[in-house]
Amino acid sequence: MSHDAVLEKHQSFGETTYIADPAKITDLCRYLKDIEKFLRLSAVTAVDWYPAEPRFEVVYHLHSLERNQRLRLKCRVAGTNSEIDSVTSVWRGADWYEREVFDMFGIRFLNHPNLQRILMPVDWEGYPLRKDYPVHGYKYSYSNE
Amino acid sequence: MNQSFEDHTATIPAVEEAPATPAAPRRMTLNMGPQHPSTHGVLRIVLELEGETIVKAEPDIGFLHTGIEKQCEHLFWQKAVTLTDRVDYLANLSNNLVYALAVEKLLQIEIPPRGQWIRVMMAEFSRLNSHLVWLGTHALDIGAMSVFFYCFREREDILRILEMFSGQRMMTSYIRIGGLALEPPRGWQQAVGKFIRAFPSNVDEYEELLDSNPIWKRRTQGVGFIPLEDMLDLGVTGPMVRAAGLKWDIRKSEPYSSYDKFDFEIPTRGENDVYARYRVRLAEMRQSARIITQALEGMPDGPWQADAPHVVLPDREKMKTQMEALIYHFKIVTEGFRVPAGEVYQCIESPRGEIGYYIVSDGTSKPYRVHMRTPSFGNLQALPSMLTGTLIADSIASLGSMDFVLGDTDR
Repeated sequence: MSHDAVLEKHQSFGETTYIADPAKITDLCRYLKDIEKFLRLSAVTAVDWYPAEPRFEVVYHLHSLERNQRLRLKCRVAGTNSEIDSVTSVWRGADWYEREVFDMFGIRFLNHPNLQRILMPVDWEGYPLRKDYPVHGYKYSYSNE
Repeated sequence: MNQSFEDHTATIPAVEEAPATPAAPRRMTLNMGPQHPSTHGVLRIVLELEGETIVKAEPDIGFLHTGIEKQCEHLFWQKAVTLTDRVDYLANLSNNLVYALAVEKLLQIEIPPRGQWIRVMMAEFSRLNSHLVWLGTHALDIGAMSVFFYCFREREDILRILEMFSGQRMMTSYIRIGGLALEPPRGWQQAVGKFIRAFPSNVDEYEELLDSNPIWKRRTQGVGFIPLEDMLDLGVTGPMVRAAGLKWDIRKSEPYSSYDKFDFEIPTRGENDVYARYRVRLAEMRQSARIITQALEGMPDGPWQADAPHVVLPDREKMKTQMEALIYHFKIVTEGFRVPAGEVYQCIESPRGEIGYYIVSDGTSKPYRVHMRTPSFGNLQALPSMLTGTLIADSIASLGSMDFVLGDTDR
């Protein structure tokens, strides 16, 4: 398969990874679902490579039942003004996964129908899964320092 | 199941100024949960009702969020196993297994056959455990109370077997990176054999209790329909899609831990309602019993841990006589082991569906990122589609048929 949004292809541990252009992610996903028959989106998540830049990687796990094949898509997103197009128009199931990524990493998904926090309370400050967020949070200090 | 809404406003005496346009149907917002007994955990659903019909359902999750993914990043690889138990407290061994498989893929270590077969057996016990709790509580929600006692009787036996193997009833942490936590105990064959010989007739009992019950059938048949295309689009996996006729089970399509050496079938149904999901899970219990019987009868001999001294803790006896064993023990316990940099996605079939761990390593002794793609999270996302347009009385049956665990959803 070839699509101009795919920048690099990797193969490791028997798994295929595509590095994709974040600006064209919706087009690419539409193509993969309709033409390549990746009917299922297993999950959307992100990895924080702080302090490297571009800081975030948004990771999509796709699955084709027909060919019993899995595919990983990765998009690199900058640390300031982190934005990427939502793929909810392709798979409705992306809704909660993208909300979770927004909740945990603060990456905004454009054209998402309901981009709110999902696991943390609505008035929470900060994004817990970022690497510069302490594991004990900001609110309480358990050390004597 | 759609019932036309009765316009109650018609019975109210007319007021002097009749509105120019007919009044919009009165809607009521009902808050269900988070402490509702049939949500099996802390799930809040905001329901919008028109009479008895649900027109909108909005699940609100996150009450059980404990930051397990964040905590994993701050523990040694081998210590994070204990957190995977807490994700899904009914299928903890499935979570142990998928984490161990993912890390072993990164480490490229091979588990000997005996270890793999015991893992299969334990994963099937956790499937039985989970399905039994599901059946008991689901029947209790709908009003058939006695099934609960029958199911929990067998579940108790399973927990005793798990305790025999691991020393723990629920938070077993039995499947570890590189093998198992402990050697299988003396006399395990007798305990497992006794249970598994009796189990098929127990399943017959549950079936008889429910299938001869007209109330059970009326409350489950034709309830909770959702098209298969919608389910796949929304990320639903496991018995839910198999009850809609899709023959897809990760144990068969992407075999792991030598599942390809076992002979079993994937039960499917076509009706795609609450009753079909019950039949599928019941058939799955029989298949699990078959797998456990095969594992018991054909258990290979040999080591049950990988030959990887830098990962697996040494034998206590060897530590008393061999310098190397003592050094490895000291190194693993104090500074952990390093896992080569890379990323893997490993998925297995848990009792609820596809559970997939995406693990990123940066070459240190702690995981860089662990993402848990849990089946309950994906399944619960289909709840609004399933409930919209149905009666509120059916919502409990529909909810129960999804078999979600809120710890699994919120992590």
